[in-house]
Amino acid sequence: MTATTLTAQAPEPAKAGGPTAESGPPKPSLGSRLASIAASGAVRVVLVVLALVWLLPTAGLFVSSFRTPRDIASSGWWEALTDPGQWTFANYDALLSNDTFTGSLWTTIAITVPSTLLVIVLGAAAGYAFAWLDFPGRDYWFLLVVALLVVPVQMALLPVARLFNTLGIFETTLGVVIFHSAYGLPFAIFLLRNFFAEIPRELLEAARLDGAGELRLFTRVVLPLGGPAIAALGIFQFMWVWNDMLVALIFADAGSPPMTVALQQEMRQFGSNFDVLAPGAFLTMLIPLAIFFAFQRQFVAGVMSGAVK
Amino acid sequence: MASGKAVIRARPWAVASFLLPALLLLGALVLYPIGYSVWRSFFDASGDDFVGLDNFAEIFANESTRTALRNNLIWIILAPTVATALGLIFAVLTERLRWATAFKLLVFMPMAVSMLASGIIFRLVYEQNPERGLANAVMTTVHDTFAGSSSWPDAEPRPGGSLSAQDDGSYLLDGTVSAGTPVLLPLVAVPQPELADAEPAATAASDPGQVTGTVWMDFTRGGGGTRDAIDADERALAGVTVQAVRDGDVVAEADTAADGTFTLPAEDADGAQLRLAASSFTPPYNGASWLGPELITPAIIGAYVWMWAGFAMVLIAAGLASVPRETLEAARVDGANEWQVFRRITVPLLAPILAVVTVTLMINVLKIFDLVYIIAPSSSQADANVLALQLYISSFGAEPDQGLGSAIAVLLLLLVVPVIIFNLRRLRRENQR
Repeated sequence: MTATTLTAQAPEPAKAGGPTAESGPPKPSLGSRLASIAASGAVRVVLVVLALVWLLPTAGLFVSSFRTPRDIASSGWWEALTDPGQWTFANYDALLSNDTFTGSLWTTIAITVPSTLLVIVLGAAAGYAFAWLDFPGRDYWFLLVVALLVVPVQMALLPVARLFNTLGIFETTLGVVIFHSAYGLPFAIFLLRNFFAEIPRELLEAARLDGAGELRLFTRVVLPLGGPAIAALGIFQFMWVWNDMLVALIFADAGSPPMTVALQQEMRQFGSNFDVLAPGAFLTMLIPLAIFFAFQRQFVAGVMSGAVK
Repeated sequence: MASGKAVIRARPWAVASFLLPALLLLGALVLYPIGYSVWRSFFDASGDDFVGLDNFAEIFANESTRTALRNNLIWIILAPTVATALGLIFAVLTERLRWATAFKLLVFMPMAVSMLASGIIFRLVYEQNPERGLANAVMTTVHDTFAGSSSWPDAEPRPGGSLSAQDDGSYLLDGTVSAGTPVLLPLVAVPQPELADAEPAATAASDPGQVTGTVWMDFTRGGGGTRDAIDADERALAGVTVQAVRDGDVVAEADTAADGTFTLPAEDADGAQLRLAASSFTPPYNGASWLGPELITPAIIGAYVWMWAGFAMVLIAAGLASVPRETLEAARVDGANEWQVFRRITVPLLAPILAVVTVTLMINVLKIFDLVYIIAPSSSQADANVLALQLYISSFGAEPDQGLGSAIAVLLLLLVVPVIIFNLRRLRRENQR
């Protein structure tokens, strides 16, 4: 809901500033130079502290995941930094040889991959129709889709649970996939329609003159040119579904839930079982973090184009 | 924005096959639920009796939904503002920094992490015991650095002994002391591990010019020691403040040395009463009870800000990059200091972005569920309640009231209606361009 098109690529935030900061023509006095050096030193100290505030919670989870339950219960994770003897793979060994957990990993994949593909296929088809095909009430249908962008997912939990019950897909992986696809669609259609609409008209007209039908225009012209937007959409849909807990809590098969629900069930009153929670949480974070670091630019661009749930 | 006419005059069935799958899914899973929830919210828990707006009245009357409403209000006011303010500060501070990219990546990274994982991360941070929870470890370290920590929180006088505990936490010795006679101040109940580094207790030297004595742990491991006497294996209690008191006033004071002995000048202490100061025995500071009923909501908001400040920072930084350099330089040349430039030029120019970020976060916060569900232990879940959690409990909990659950769902929808209208208006404006 911020920018309107992905083509207005995110101005690289990293490159902002840089050399321009030093290039002002007026020569400041010695006093103000000293003051600014002191100030920038203070800024640096503040930023280092802030960086630690952002780093340490995750570091704590990471280190804890390599400590035995006894060490976790008796001392803080920072003790392990000076005592390498505390580090062990035992928690991961236990978790990865646990069929319930590996099963939940597969359920997560079985939910995430189809939901992502389905949203891309349905969203691209509808986005193409809204961008280029002629049909009555086109603008009003699109307004409807935009209106649905911010509808809270909570709205649908109870009614859809009843609907799925009737259809016999309540508490099945299929149901979760359908739910996530539906709630990914408004953003997908919005994003792709705007991106497809920027494709030069001449390209489509030329293909049309060559006798291409609606389907061929879609697969040969629109989809290949829409690559960047489709990639961004795929990244976000994948992350949302992978990280979702609420929908899975209600709609997934309680017998083989995805990882988020499986871990949630391990939570206890005072979280005494961090030897399971820490490595489990860290494993669920691995793939989103890998995607995040591999596709930083797309991630930033997507967030700027309103990819926020 | 291509508002223009479609180039392709498509056959109706072709349009339908591209459009219908998506529209049908949206109709069945988004539009129909809205209608059903509105309808269902007018009926009671069983769904048989029409109750009008009673469920909505119930939201404001029922205690747990009122807590949820109050907490949601706190969330909506606090979380987006703090996250946006931090994002603004980060964006401005990192603008000229060489390692800005690394910093921004670090702050933005939690956006990729699930609420569940963040919840587990912060459960660990907020552990009550300062030896395990990072937040309290930092707080107690800071506290003890500035306020000092007491030496022997567990030490206490033996019941019926010569020392007696006072109401203010200090231990008073019966009778008065005189110079030249070493005083014995025996304490008990210090756990053995805390005595591991303590030196053996020594009998104080007898000196007619001074009041001397020993504070020690009057207990021999394995038994065999004599009460009120310093036995060979008994340990000194160092760092205890011994005060000489006359008529309620402290006339002299000294801390015990490593061997437990202390000396006070005779001219002040001779004939006075001895007291062991309460500050030597106060229980240790244990930090805040983050997961307790009072702090639970601010604590969870802290975790949320940790997750979302990066989002605000990235959007604001992008806006900042498009602020014309010349404007800023011109102001600096005119003698404006950095704060004035920030306050008078940067912030006003960024106002539209700040508004968008804040509103986006408000919508996001409105539906907050996972973080609360994960971080709040069941003992304080009721105090951390929010609308989305109450909706979940009302709809799927042990004693469901689906009428109330639906009413909460409708309320959540009503709260985003202004944003829907805003989005639609903007879209129409762009289409008219």
